[in-house]
Amino acid sequence: MSTPDTRHLPPVSATPADLSPRERRGPGFGALLQTELRLALRRRSDIANPLLFFVTVLALLPLGVGPEPGLLARLAPGMIWVMALLATLLSQESLFRSDFEDGSLEQLTLSPQPLYFGVLAKVAVHWLVTGLPLALLSPLLGLMLNLPAAGYACLLLSLLLGTASLSLIGAVGAGLTVALRRPGLLLALIVMPLYVPVLIFGTGAVQAAVDGYAYSVQLAILAALLAAAAALAPLAAAGAIRISTDS
Amino acid sequence: MSATASSSPLIQLRRLSCERDGRCLFAGLDLELGAGKAVQVEGANGSGKTTLLRTLIGSASDYRGEILWRGEPLPRALPQMRSALLYIGHQAGVRRGLTPLENLAWYGATEDEALAALEQVDLYGFEYSPCQQLSAGQNRRVALARLYLPNAPQLWILDEPLAALDVAGVSSLQGQMACHLGRGGAILFTSHQPVALANLQHVDLADYAPAGEGEYVHA
Repeated sequence: MSTPDTRHLPPVSATPADLSPRERRGPGFGALLQTELRLALRRRSDIANPLLFFVTVLALLPLGVGPEPGLLARLAPGMIWVMALLATLLSQESLFRSDFEDGSLEQLTLSPQPLYFGVLAKVAVHWLVTGLPLALLSPLLGLMLNLPAAGYACLLLSLLLGTASLSLIGAVGAGLTVALRRPGLLLALIVMPLYVPVLIFGTGAVQAAVDGYAYSVQLAILAALLAAAAALAPLAAAGAIRISTDS
Repeated sequence: MSATASSSPLIQLRRLSCERDGRCLFAGLDLELGAGKAVQVEGANGSGKTTLLRTLIGSASDYRGEILWRGEPLPRALPQMRSALLYIGHQAGVRRGLTPLENLAWYGATEDEALAALEQVDLYGFEYSPCQQLSAGQNRRVALARLYLPNAPQLWILDEPLAALDVAGVSSLQGQMACHLGRGGAILFTSHQPVALANLQHVDLADYAPAGEGEYVHA
């Protein structure tokens, strides 16, 4: 930009008609989803961290409790579920953080569209890059921990349903703590009690499958929890974000 | 003259007082902003300029007095107001992980519109570089490129739009602001620098400082 040449003069098209009365529309849900996915794929370390945590801790478990196959098989459903829960929680802290810091979260709250869809897009992408890979990795870790063969299908299904609920519920806590500098423990305290039902029915389903019982009831309850979380959690998270950004 | 006099002002403030963390920043602010008009808010650091702007867009709710949008009081008229609002805050809303082009696309611009706007703010050649590789001034320009998109919303609320801009950038932005006023837009902005605009009204928040300096008010 050397001199203010003609390019910087008002464009010729700037007639009153240019100021169209057309309602301003924010980004649509598809555009939000695409942007979030693009950002997530550019921050690969953020994707890798929870997965590495998940795999590392479960790989260390046999070293800690001893390699006795019967004991590991007994621990496997609960340990895999608890570690998936912690890995999700770890990655949740940064869910709205960078958007809050660069001001785009505020721009999203100013959009004429409901904030619900903005939150839903972020949560959907969060699940795609953490919950989905965690669930897909879980059979491998089940193998490492000597999980009985009857449990694999149920472990995968319950984690697919459960991690989506965890991502949604965690968004509420992330929204409430987004304005805090170091939310770590507070986020865990807010979110953990809400994670408990998902954990109980998740491990319950896998344990039932391992013991040879029907597990469709637990999966149905997990699905119901997911449906309720999908409907309500983005609303609550949107409200939490509005409170956090109101200063 | 008659055209602007007949239409009701876009924004009216009546005896507006804002506080932040229990401290009254300014009180009794009356202001009108009509189509084709601009208001420059001035005041020392910490005098409440940003708080005033964030109150107007509905992001800060700690105020007393009335804010009217086209004659309608604000909490109710907020959706209508926001659908005609372009706000660039202190944090400019530019995502560091996206390219300038993708940033503008997020604000609803087509690729051709975004390319034209980026050329106007002299970011030609940087369209596909991630914003985290650009300088502070260049990131500011990415945010300001929104002002050069067609179908601009009528009301612009800009927090320090001239900060971090070079001389040529400032003159270009003044040209674009004058053009927006010419097509019936309205601009409310904060700046410490003098801005050459016709129809510019100055508001100094020091004139509305509460009587007792640093007075604490009861919630």
